[in-house]
Amino acid sequence: MTTPVLTAQGVSIEYRTTPVVRAVRDVSLTLHRGEILGLAGESGCGKTTFAYGLTRLLKSPAVLTSGEVVFHDRVGGDVDVAALDGDALRAFRWDKVSMVFQGAMNSLNPVITVRAQIDDVLTTHRPGMPRAERAERAAELLRLVGVDPGRLDSYAHQLSGGMRQRVMIAMALALNPQVMIMDEPTTALDVVVQREILREIMRLREQFGFAVVFITHDLPLLLEISDRIAVMLDGEIVELDTAENIYERPQHAYTQRLLESFPSLTGERGGFVRTGAPAGSPSTADITVEGTV
Amino acid sequence: MRYYLRRAAFYAITVWAAISLNFLIPRLMPGDPADIMLAKMARSGEVAPGVERTIRLLLGSDTNQTPWEQYVAYWGSLLRGDLGVSVTKFPTPVTELISAALPWSIGLLGLATVISFVLGIAAGAWIGWRRGTWVDHIIPGSTLLQSLPYFWVALLLVYGFAVVNPWFPRIGGYDVFTFDGPEATAEFVGSVIYHGVLPALTVVLSSFGGWLLGMRNMMVSTLSEDYITTAEAKGLRRSRILIGYAVRNAALPSIAGFGISLAFVVTGAIVMEQVFTYPGLGKLMITAVQGNDFALMQGLFLVITLTVLAATFLMDIVYGFVDPRTRLNG
Repeated sequence: MTTPVLTAQGVSIEYRTTPVVRAVRDVSLTLHRGEILGLAGESGCGKTTFAYGLTRLLKSPAVLTSGEVVFHDRVGGDVDVAALDGDALRAFRWDKVSMVFQGAMNSLNPVITVRAQIDDVLTTHRPGMPRAERAERAAELLRLVGVDPGRLDSYAHQLSGGMRQRVMIAMALALNPQVMIMDEPTTALDVVVQREILREIMRLREQFGFAVVFITHDLPLLLEISDRIAVMLDGEIVELDTAENIYERPQHAYTQRLLESFPSLTGERGGFVRTGAPAGSPSTADITVEGTV
Repeated sequence: MRYYLRRAAFYAITVWAAISLNFLIPRLMPGDPADIMLAKMARSGEVAPGVERTIRLLLGSDTNQTPWEQYVAYWGSLLRGDLGVSVTKFPTPVTELISAALPWSIGLLGLATVISFVLGIAAGAWIGWRRGTWVDHIIPGSTLLQSLPYFWVALLLVYGFAVVNPWFPRIGGYDVFTFDGPEATAEFVGSVIYHGVLPALTVVLSSFGGWLLGMRNMMVSTLSEDYITTAEAKGLRRSRILIGYAVRNAALPSIAGFGISLAFVVTGAIVMEQVFTYPGLGKLMITAVQGNDFALMQGLFLVITLTVLAATFLMDIVYGFVDPRTRLNG
């Protein structure tokens, strides 16, 4: 599992406002096939901007000032994402890299049915696909994420928050992408639903083998699910290591502070800091629960 | 289905209430409108007992009847299509006057309103879609037009394009010197369109700016919605995002507003019709008011109320269709 699928090299993104905001500074990152890469950091540190940069979703005044993003396709070699344009960019999106957004509640178009929105993806990217096959695929996708296919004719307002996010994940799976970027996919949900959805994501990843960039400010969550974690501060990646190393041996002061800011299950602050402490101390319980997923 | 049944029941009750009020109000007024009207009619000749009875029935001054009997009789004549006789245009029945004027108002104003709406929405969507470019400069111009008074625009148009440059006729709905009355010939239709240009232009010029501004603002806020970003990330075609995701959502408030403005088509642009001496309902209304023509006024109010209700009912159904949220949550 060490073949790269997405490589970002020296990516810098600026918001061309006055004064200019350098949201992402010289970030280099390699995403390996099938891995879950966590991207952690506080609000406003540039996580989402970086994710949008990876898929070229940046809107003015945000500009990718330098760096390159290369997608290593399973078939057919490398794609220079930064150089894509027009129809080529359109065809690349969702087919190779799909996204699940922060605003779970508002990511679905309120006035057209779930079916129509999944259909939109299929008719755009698979123009030859017959209607019956599209309908079958849409139903299959909902079953994959544990939503009753009868919900295909529902509108967003008829679904609960958890269901909406499941539908978004189903939609993200529609074209069997090789990378899925998840931007705070569970932040708006309560912890129980959050857990179910995470379990679903892990299962689907197992099944389809896509790589995940998982963006969140919730570092303990990342410790549970990620293979590797990148910690971002002020637009820069200050630490990038395996989840285990981040947890056991955080190098950067900021990572340590992030870990400290989460209380342990038993209540005392700083229960997450493992530096030097032997494994098996009382507060390990709250992070090993999902270790088997 | 239950949604539509509920709406239909609601409107049935509203229609009943509107008609009953129309019956009640003249009876609550001080003085006796029927006497005024009869006196006026007597000036131009003897009033037939039948006519007098109809007027008294209509206006509730038939003292031999209990209010309930009057109410029943009122409904009876209403259902027979009898709204009484006009005094200003004696002895033409009110229904005849209204049905002669109605097509003119609906034709001209209806068409002009639709044109103005479509134009405003299309331009607003386009300006919103291309926000931040030079097209933003169109907005102040259209808003200026919007803020000009109707009648003043009408007068300017008459002055500019009918008096100084006599390209268009000044008055009327068709060429009265060529045609004796409405007829189904191509020449007549041509004449109607020719006469309708300036009045329609007045309406379009002074109302499309409102649609444009509203639509543009909705477009801008819709474009920052998450589902638009999602649609972009999905790699959809720009045309699909524009129509299916942006305009589809941004147009919703305008569609609701359109229903209301469509309803007011029948009230006629009173002043505009006066300026152009257009044979529509607005002009008829002025005639009725100036001549104390109660039967005609009552008939006009009834028609206006019913049309406003019909238009809102129609838009309710359409809106339930375009916005699923209103349809299913009830």
